[in-house]
Amino acid sequence: MAQHQVNYASAGGLPVALTTVDHLINWGRSNSLWPLTYGLACCAIEMMASGDSRYDFDRFGTIFRASPRQADVMILAGTLSKKHAEFARRLYDQMTEPKWVISMGSCANTGGMFNTYATVQGVDRIVPVDIYLPGCAPRPETLQYALMMLQKKIRKESANMNKNKKQNLRLI
Amino acid sequence: MQQPNRLSPFFENLNFEREDNTMVINFGPQHPSAHGQLRLMLELDGEKVVKAYPDIGYLHRGIEKMAENMTYNEFLPTTDRLDYIASTSNNYAYALAVEKLIGLEVPRRAQVIRTILLEVNRIISHLFFIATHALDVGAMSVFLYAFREREFGMDLMEDYCGARLTHSAVRIGGVPLDIPDGWMIALRKWCDKVDYELKHTYNALLEKNRIWKMRLENVGVLSSKDALSWGCTGPMLRGSGVAYDIRKEEPYELYSELDFDIPIADTNDSYGRYRLYMAEMEESTKIIRQLIVKYDETEPQLMAHAPQYISAPKEEIMTQNYALMQHFVLVTQGMRPPKGEVYVPTESPKGELGFYIKSEGEPYAYRLKCRAPSFFHTGLLQELLVGTYIADVVTIIGSTNIVFGEVDR
Repeated sequence: MAQHQVNYASAGGLPVALTTVDHLINWGRSNSLWPLTYGLACCAIEMMASGDSRYDFDRFGTIFRASPRQADVMILAGTLSKKHAEFARRLYDQMTEPKWVISMGSCANTGGMFNTYATVQGVDRIVPVDIYLPGCAPRPETLQYALMMLQKKIRKESANMNKNKKQNLRLI
Repeated sequence: MQQPNRLSPFFENLNFEREDNTMVINFGPQHPSAHGQLRLMLELDGEKVVKAYPDIGYLHRGIEKMAENMTYNEFLPTTDRLDYIASTSNNYAYALAVEKLIGLEVPRRAQVIRTILLEVNRIISHLFFIATHALDVGAMSVFLYAFREREFGMDLMEDYCGARLTHSAVRIGGVPLDIPDGWMIALRKWCDKVDYELKHTYNALLEKNRIWKMRLENVGVLSSKDALSWGCTGPMLRGSGVAYDIRKEEPYELYSELDFDIPIADTNDSYGRYRLYMAEMEESTKIIRQLIVKYDETEPQLMAHAPQYISAPKEEIMTQNYALMQHFVLVTQGMRPPKGEVYVPTESPKGELGFYIKSEGEPYAYRLKCRAPSFFHTGLLQELLVGTYIADVVTIIGSTNIVFGEVDR
C-alpha cells in the first residue's frame, strides 16, 4: 500500500551515495595500485628509495608485489637490454588486466645515454607505456608524481577496459 | 627448438645432464631477490643445489665500447652507472687511472674532499647492503631503518654535487666544487648518527637475532683458499680471513696518512661477512672524522694545474689569451693523454675496482677495461651455491653483494 512505502532519501533510511560504476571501480583501482618489483638498473635503487621510510609509497596504497599475477602496474626502472626484452614482454603478458606501465628513467624512455648495440631504445618498443618519467635517475619524488598522474589517468578512464582501447584518452 | 633472433636470446651453451630425478629451475633474470638481473640456473636434488650456473649479460649496455668513442671527460658520467650504489667510487677509480696516465698531481684539498666522498659512498653502499640483505632474508624493518640513514647520506652527497644517485662528483684532476658552508658540520652529525644507529639499531635488530643468525651462520662458507683462487676481493675476501685491503696494500689518495684498521671475519660465513660490513662502516666514520680535521689545513686549490690536459681556472681563461686557446682545444677536441697503458686498483665498497686504459695519444681511449669486483663474485656463485639448500640461495646471493651494473657493464 502506498502510505507504507519508505522514502529512503529523506525519512531516516539508509544514507544514499550516488555515483557511477566507473567512479566506484576507478576509485578502487587508482588507490590500490600494486606495482611489480621490476628493477632493471640504477633506477631500481630510486624505486626502492621510494618505498622506504622517507618517501613511503605505502600511503598511496602502493605496495610492491613480487609476482606479475598480483600486480597492476609495471614500473620499468632502468636500462632494458635486448637480452632481457623477451622477459619484459613475457612478464607484461602475465600481468592480469587492467594493467598499466610506467617507464622510469631516460634509459627506459628512449635508451638514454646507452645508444649501443645491446640496449632497447625505449621500452615502448616492447610494451605499451602509460607514463614516461624523465631523469637519470629520477628522484623518488618524480616517481611519486608519476604515480599520482597515473591515478589521475585511471580516474578518467572507463571502468570497461575494452572501451579505453578504442578511444585515445588524453591526460589532464 | 628456439629460434634465435634479436629479441629472444639463444641458449645453446647451457648444458644440463639430467640423469636422475634432479630438477632444473630458473632463478631470474627477474627475481625479486636476485639483486638485479642475475639469472641462475639451478639443478636441484630435492631441495639441495647440485649445480648452479649464473647467466649474466642481462644488463649489458656496452659501456666499455662506449668509452672508445667518448673523450676522457665525456666518459666520466657513464662510470656512474657501473656500480650505481656507490657512484663516486667509480668516478674516482676512472679519474685516478686517467690521472696516472697523464701523470697529474692532485691538489691536497681535492684529495681530502675525494677521500671524504669515497668514505661517505662506502657507508651508503654498506647501509644498502645491510638493508637489502636483511630484506632478502626476511627482516623488513631493517630495510626501513637502514634506508633512513642512507637517505641522510644521500642528502649530503646532494648538497655537495647536486645528485642523489649518479654523482659525477669527481673530475679528472681534482674535484669541481669546494665543500659548501655547513657541510662539514652536517657530515660530522651524520657520522655520529651512523655510529649511534649502528650500535643501537642495527646491532639490536640483527646481531643476536635468533632468526638472523640461523639464516646466516654457516651459510655460504667460503674458505680463504677458495676466495683467493676465485679472485675475490673486498669484503668477500676479508670475510674469509684474508687481510687484504688496497687502501693498505697500495695506498692511494690520503689513505697512507690515515689511521684506520682493516676488520677481518674468520668465520668465513655470511654472518661473518655481515659483521664485517658493520665494522667497516665504523672504520669509515673514523676516517671521515680524521679528514674533517685535515680539510681545514689545506689550501683552497681544487683542480690540478696542467693546462695541456685540464682547463685553467676561469679567471685565467678570461684574462689570458693562451689559457683561453688551450681551454678551447680541450673543450672541442678533448685531452690527449700520452701513449701508454695504465691500470690502477682502488678499494671500492665491493672490492677491487680498477680501470685499465690503453691510450694511443688520441682524445679517445683505444681500449678501456673495467675490473669490477662483482663480476668475480658472481662467478663464485657456481661453487658457493653447490651443496646448499634452495632457501639459502637468496642469503648467499645477498651476502656476495653483487651489483649488475658492474657485472655486465
